[in-house]
Amino acid sequence: MNHDRYDDTYIRAILSEVRTIAIVGASANAARPSYFVMKYLSERGYRVFPVNPGQAGKTVAGLTFVATLADVPEPIDMVDVFRAPEHVPAVVDEVLKLDPLPKVLWTQLGVRNDEAAAKAEAAGLKVVMNRCPKIEYGRLSGEIGWTGVNSRTISSRKPLRLGEGVQRLSIAPRGPKSS
Amino acid sequence: MTDETSAPPREPGFSTLAIHAGAQPDPTTGARATPIYQTTSFVFDDVDHAAALFGLQTFGNIYSRITNPTNAVLEERVAALEGGTAALAVASGHAAQHLVFHTLLTPGDEFIASRKLYGGSINQFNHAFKSFGWNVVWADPDDISSFEKAVTPKTKAIFTESIANPGGVVTDIAAISAVAKKAGVPLIVDNTLATPYLWQPIRHGADIVVHSATKFLGGHGNSIGGVIVDAGTFDWSATDRYPFLSKPRPEYSGMVLHETFGNFAFAIAARVLGLRDLGPALSPFNAFLILTGIETLGLRMQRHSENALKVAEYLAAHPKVEWVSYPGLASDRYHALAQQYLPKGAGAVFTFGLKGGYEAGVKLVSNVELFSHLANIGDTRSLIIHPASTTHRQLTDEAKVVAGAGPEVVRLSVGIEDVADIIGDLDQALAKV
Ligand SMILES: Cc1ncc(COP(=O)(O)O)c(C=O)c1O
Repeated sequence: MNHDRYDDTYIRAILSEVRTIAIVGASANAARPSYFVMKYLSERGYRVFPVNPGQAGKTVAGLTFVATLADVPEPIDMVDVFRAPEHVPAVVDEVLKLDPLPKVLWTQLGVRNDEAAAKAEAAGLKVVMNRCPKIEYGRLSGEIGWTGVNSRTISSRKPLRLGEGVQRLSIAPRGPKSS
Repeated sequence: MTDETSAPPREPGFSTLAIHAGAQPDPTTGARATPIYQTTSFVFDDVDHAAALFGLQTFGNIYSRITNPTNAVLEERVAALEGGTAALAVASGHAAQHLVFHTLLTPGDEFIASRKLYGGSINQFNHAFKSFGWNVVWADPDDISSFEKAVTPKTKAIFTESIANPGGVVTDIAAISAVAKKAGVPLIVDNTLATPYLWQPIRHGADIVVHSATKFLGGHGNSIGGVIVDAGTFDWSATDRYPFLSKPRPEYSGMVLHETFGNFAFAIAARVLGLRDLGPALSPFNAFLILTGIETLGLRMQRHSENALKVAEYLAAHPKVEWVSYPGLASDRYHALAQQYLPKGAGAVFTFGLKGGYEAGVKLVSNVELFSHLANIGDTRSLIIHPASTTHRQLTDEAKVVAGAGPEVVRLSVGIEDVADIIGDLDQALAKV
């Protein structure tokens, strides 16, 4: 498929259907983007597993690092990659050895490797590249507009609050519940 | 899932965005108009949420100097209208310029600016900015090579207005953008006079757009405000010349803003390293009024431009008028550029010269009855000023002429009243000159 642009419906479907996310190249340093992403996604209700051999066994923000994808203790729905483009093929090889296979391969802002993506797609995975799931979640829920970011979405329907807090919104479909 | 072969969804048109972008029904009350969140601060969900907000790890509100939900709607709306990735609303157009340069420059740096600018901006650059060690180098928008010649190793940015105040100068943004790209610096365009309805400078290579929202965006002469738009186009990490964006920030435990926020990092940097620390926050009440104004921006700019063209034609034929500088006139030196960049109209603001010079100018502004004699533009009302005796008074005689504000010059901001009444008022006042 074309990876220059993605329809909102494609991204929304992915972020709505995955529950377990493994983050390859996650950092334990609170100033790093990967740390933001794992913490944010876990606060939005995803089960997040940071993967980084140098940090294995360590727990930060309530999340415990594992060394490799194979060490994640449950089936993975989505693998999010914080590694330079040239390392993506090796990650894909690891992903394709998992049983059951994850449903989605996602690579972060600035990370794109079309060959590796094609291989994952051939195995039946959906692929998103050069995007950040935190930004996409914030865009689709409406949260990102609180920071003046152009969400490129308009809606006359009330955003849905997520959980107990006031400053959290959901990406679930808006509007009257279908009967 | 999406059908991969389906056409991309249609992008909403300008007036749809002007009404809807950024504004969702309030999630708690269902309020459809954007509420005025007239509050200084916002309660945290819990301690962990507070920590995440302070660390920029999650989206949300802490304190209205930094973010406010009413202001955020204005920000997203202007970003959408300009075709940018994000925006920041601030207390005035001048505050917007201050924060942009604060984010880009360190003491000893230079920037190049068009010589034809709003007089207040000329003052800000020549005097206030000099005391920060930011050195302006002037260039001539009618001679693009003067921008190229002004580039030095210290140049960090280029600044110009799209349509320049007061003279109706149309700037060749694409040509200046080419100079900026070659020099590896961002192009900042003040789009106050054109507004995104008439012209979207980002399409022609602007990396940052600034607005005095005081003018046409608000449009009703009731609120001072400013907006900074990030085009998301500049690569801040290509060199180490923009450390606010490309270097670990001690203010945020070593975070690198460009790496973290990607193509909206400039807007974030202007907010969390500029607005947060220097403080020119926009009142949510003003944001609400400006937002309400923007809903009719397209309609107003159409009428402003139609009226202005008719007034310019009337003046061009008047025996007491020496010249009219309105790019919408076929005879104007900027008409070709206007046709290229401003096909929907050349805006409301222009100057003309009176044969009677300085005294005739003073007489004209003293005799109008519908036009208001005041130092503003971009109101529903028609406005008039004689720059040489007011806004451009502080400049030397030579600098006045260079800025398009010589002794015989009168500036109009043509309103959206009935054009026959606007022309009628000028007619009776000119009869007394
Ligand atoms: C083109 C232009 N830019 C900037 C400004 C400054 O904006 P503010 O008065 O909102 O600070 C003005 C105000 O007249 C202007 O006309």
